Amino acid sequence: MSRAQRLAGIIAAHNGREGPLLPILHAVQAAFGCIDREAEAEIARALNLSRAEVHGVVSFYHDFRQSADPRPEVQLCRAEACQARGAEALVPAAEAAAGERVRLTVVHCLGLCSVGPNARVGDDLFARLDEVGLVRLIGAA
Amino acid sequence: MTTVRIADDALALACGADAVASAFAQAGCMVERVSSWGMHWLEPLVEIDGIGWGPVSVADVPKILPVSRNDGEDLCIGPIAAHPFIARQQRLTFKRAGKTRPLSLDDYEATGGWAGLHRARTLSPAQVIAEVTGSGLRGRGGAGFPTGRKWQTVAEAANPRKYVVCNADEGDSGTFADRMLMEGDPYALIEGMAITAHAVSAQQGYIYVRSEYPHAVARLEAAIALSAAIVAPFRLEVRVGAGAYVCGEETSLLNSLEGRRGEVRAKPPLPAVAGLFGCPTAINNVLTLTALPHILAEGGAEEYARLGIDRSRGTKPIQLAGNIRCGGLFETAFGITLRELVYDIGGGTATGRPVKAVQVGGPLGAYIHPDRFDLPFDYEAFTAADALIGHGGIVVFDDSADMSRQARLAMQFCAAESCGKCTPCRIGAVRGVELIDRIRAGEDAPAIARSRREDLVLLEDLCETMRSGSLCALGGFAPFPVLSALRHWPEDFA
Repeated sequence: MSRAQRLAGIIAAHNGREGPLLPILHAVQAAFGCIDREAEAEIARALNLSRAEVHGVVSFYHDFRQSADPRPEVQLCRAEACQARGAEALVPAAEAAAGERVRLTVVHCLGLCSVGPNARVGDDLFARLDEVGLVRLIGAA
Repeated sequence: MTTVRIADDALALACGADAVASAFAQAGCMVERVSSWGMHWLEPLVEIDGIGWGPVSVADVPKILPVSRNDGEDLCIGPIAAHPFIARQQRLTFKRAGKTRPLSLDDYEATGGWAGLHRARTLSPAQVIAEVTGSGLRGRGGAGFPTGRKWQTVAEAANPRKYVVCNADEGDSGTFADRMLMEGDPYALIEGMAITAHAVSAQQGYIYVRSEYPHAVARLEAAIALSAAIVAPFRLEVRVGAGAYVCGEETSLLNSLEGRRGEVRAKPPLPAVAGLFGCPTAINNVLTLTALPHILAEGGAEEYARLGIDRSRGTKPIQLAGNIRCGGLFETAFGITLRELVYDIGGGTATGRPVKAVQVGGPLGAYIHPDRFDLPFDYEAFTAADALIGHGGIVVFDDSADMSRQARLAMQFCAAESCGKCTPCRIGAVRGVELIDRIRAGEDAPAIARSRREDLVLLEDLCETMRSGSLCALGGFAPFPVLSALRHWPEDFA
């Protein structure tokens, strides 16, 4: 199936729901790794919006990416509760371990605030991380 | 065969519960995956015949089995229900925590599930609203608005198309009660929403969950499918956020549900009058909605109203987080003091160092000095102390915390998460970070025609502008952590 057909399929699956844009954007990013200009234009056409409106939504939310990044991603929580449990001290070692190979991003709270420092890789969560554990996690990502 | 109960919520999984569960299964046990008791320092917590062991690793499994050998003594906490952390609580919203399999309709019914909904449906919408008003229930998301009054407005609105929206965008650091309920007792939330729909005559409901909670999303979708016939004709759908903290603000959340940028709307009109797609909308937090099945059950409203103090009635699920020895979920009647929560129940810091501060109510909540730990958990008492209860999260910091750094973090967070609609928040937060940086740099700050004293005055002035001039709580409350840090720990700004 061509990219255009897949995109049309995603849009068709959600169009007709109330407020279909966010579900479409999530599905497009899951399928293609990002929501690029062409996808924005196609979604805008299907939903009878301007591309500016769709782009405004894509650029508003932290989750949406406008270009794909094939690297594995490790999200490290650096919110208050994890900081209180020592998350900041792990950052230099985590950055060194990630280098250019792993995309180390900041997440603000995973809802595991009593057992931090915490990280997320895909849908897997990791708690009570120390430097060794986090470096190992990044190495395996 | 030995039956072993192990939680399967996101926190237990993050602590390695799946591997422990597999090890017990391989050892020939029957493993039941249940909700979490909320004693997080003990997760993965293993329960066999009411006795608990925790925190358990795979290597501990042979020590615990067979139970008669009594080898895992160092991990054994005795009967879980009698543990002081549990025994001291008054669990109404979390009454099933640790006790039921989250997706089991049999477990839910056997523990009183759907009784509130069935009874509500025998009452008129006006009677339901009167009971909720009588219970004294106020919005548990943070603002503390009386739930019954909000519903009254929705019920009276003329538009026949109405919505129930659950705000499950639990973004505050230090909070996890919504997550625990969605993952551990999803039918209670669904029942609460169905009761709300009956009270305000809504046909459709949405649960807006943050994308950081994939397990909660999956659990809710499964629960909605399994219980669709029970709550029909009311229909429910989960919608997933996209990483914007501000979408926890109700009007921003509604915009996001509609597929727009998550910008805050000016009020009025209130969402109760013109909310989702311009229709009257009852929008409530997970904890508010999940309190309803109890309130609508026979005698529930009176029991709820009897608990608590002053105008804060009922129970509040409090979340003990951060640098605390015994962190987890503690539901109790309003009125408990911070001192009891932090020391008696939480056991002080996890690091064993002295407590320096607690932040209550998320990243926009005030930092509270141990000198003021006699403050009772009560909406009005906190407001009077320039603090907020918010969603009930308490984050403990030990004496290694640098409070000027924490103040900067609040402004930086506000700058990063501002929706951009109003100037005090969008510009103010950026200027706040710059000012705090100058103050922190002290004599190393680039020389401009402004003294340190003037910088401090300017920071207070900026905070006042943000507090009174912002459209929503993001810019409006960001000054709380900043000013409280400045007032109570001035030495950290020196």
